[in-house]
Amino acid sequence: MDIDVIISYLPLYKEALLLTAGIGWQGIALAFLLGLLCAVITHLRVPVLRGFVAVYVELFRNTPLLVQLFFLYFALPKIGIHISPTVCGTMGLGLLGGAYMAEALRSGLEAIPAIQSESAQSLGMTGMQTFRHIILPEALSSSVPGIVANVVFLLKETSVFSTISLMDLMFTAKDLIGMYAKTIECLTLLVVFYLIMLLPVSVLGSLVERRVRHAEFGD
Amino acid sequence: MGQTLLKISHLHKKFGDRVILKDLNLEVKKGEVVVVIGPSGCGKSTFLRCLNALEDIQGGEVLLDGEPVRKDASNVSAMRQKIGMVFQSYDLFPHKTVMGNILLAPLKVQKRDRQEVEREAVELLGKVGLADRRDDYPRQLSGGQKQRVAIVRALIMHPEILLLDEITAALDPEMVHEVLQVVLALAKNGRTMLIVTHEMAFARAIADRILFLEDGEIVEESGDPKAFFEKPQTERARQFLRSFEY
Repeated sequence: MDIDVIISYLPLYKEALLLTAGIGWQGIALAFLLGLLCAVITHLRVPVLRGFVAVYVELFRNTPLLVQLFFLYFALPKIGIHISPTVCGTMGLGLLGGAYMAEALRSGLEAIPAIQSESAQSLGMTGMQTFRHIILPEALSSSVPGIVANVVFLLKETSVFSTISLMDLMFTAKDLIGMYAKTIECLTLLVVFYLIMLLPVSVLGSLVERRVRHAEFGD
Repeated sequence: MGQTLLKISHLHKKFGDRVILKDLNLEVKKGEVVVVIGPSGCGKSTFLRCLNALEDIQGGEVLLDGEPVRKDASNVSAMRQKIGMVFQSYDLFPHKTVMGNILLAPLKVQKRDRQEVEREAVELLGKVGLADRRDDYPRQLSGGQKQRVAIVRALIMHPEILLLDEITAALDPEMVHEVLQVVLALAKNGRTMLIVTHEMAFARAIADRILFLEDGEIVEESGDPKAFFEKPQTERARQFLRSFEY
């Protein structure tokens, strides 16, 4: 292993890390909002919309991100819709993640006993107030493990971004190997940089999990 | 005892085709403590739940201060604020501290001043012996403590009437006492209450009036609890009371 080579590659990997993490977090934020919307629609059994949500969730959970990205990047332009690789990556991750987040949040919503909202209502709270102050926070806290697992999973999925020519970590590594054939150095750096991005998420995730574990009903 | 506070007339409740409550009539006066007893499945809990519109009703009406309480009415939230309820399973909000549980509705629903509500909450917590637990989460409390917090959470709304639905049924025996003491103190201070319970000694001690409910009907009603427990007038009440003897 050549330390000088590693040091000379560091700035490139750093660039790639920032790009990967940037798109990753935007995609995850989108996924969370989309997932929350879908979970609420499913939970409230909103007619019609509920059907769309079910189709969406199954469609995106049961196809690879790679295929979804190819659709956004190569198929949409054929019908006149052009989007940049960055937007494409964000959207792809958001759509895939939304389907997973919807499931995690839905199970959180379902875990809340009916008596919780009845207690809130008996205190004079309206449906909206009950949802905002009771149902949503409780559902979020019991969904934390699922959400954290999804975040880690989605950040790893960013490795397919290289296929739509985004200069992410994977792309950078492949590119450098192709040019200079320093395979071991490049792959080692790749592993290290993924860890730099993901380890804090896992650690932070378990901290948050411990912090919000109030949702033990009964005793 | 003053004027009529709660008036229930010809109350009918069905779940699908199953009739739960048949033509129930009851008037509760201000300051009165009415205790409802009866075998499991007789409709006691459903009866209480109809009174603050957690259940819709299929006939009759519930009037509080002459105003109807209905699940589909636009003023249902305002009416529920006047009717405090405590449930069997002390349903505190698990993500909020004791204080958070108590302050939520006064602040968000009644839009009261935080300082004023906090002062009152501290005072009430002191009265139920939980002044030092204000920052604990529900999971850190015992069943009896949780139930006392639930009572404070209902009281701070300044309800005109308190509905207690088997509030000691889920508690360990040694915790029943501490909760019932709190309720007895409320009764002594003239709080209007409608209580469903299986604690016969408690019912006898606290009731101004006893209702014996069976199969959704008031089978016996007595304004003299002592007489009722010693010499019930109906055979069904007699049989029910006998089931508590050993």
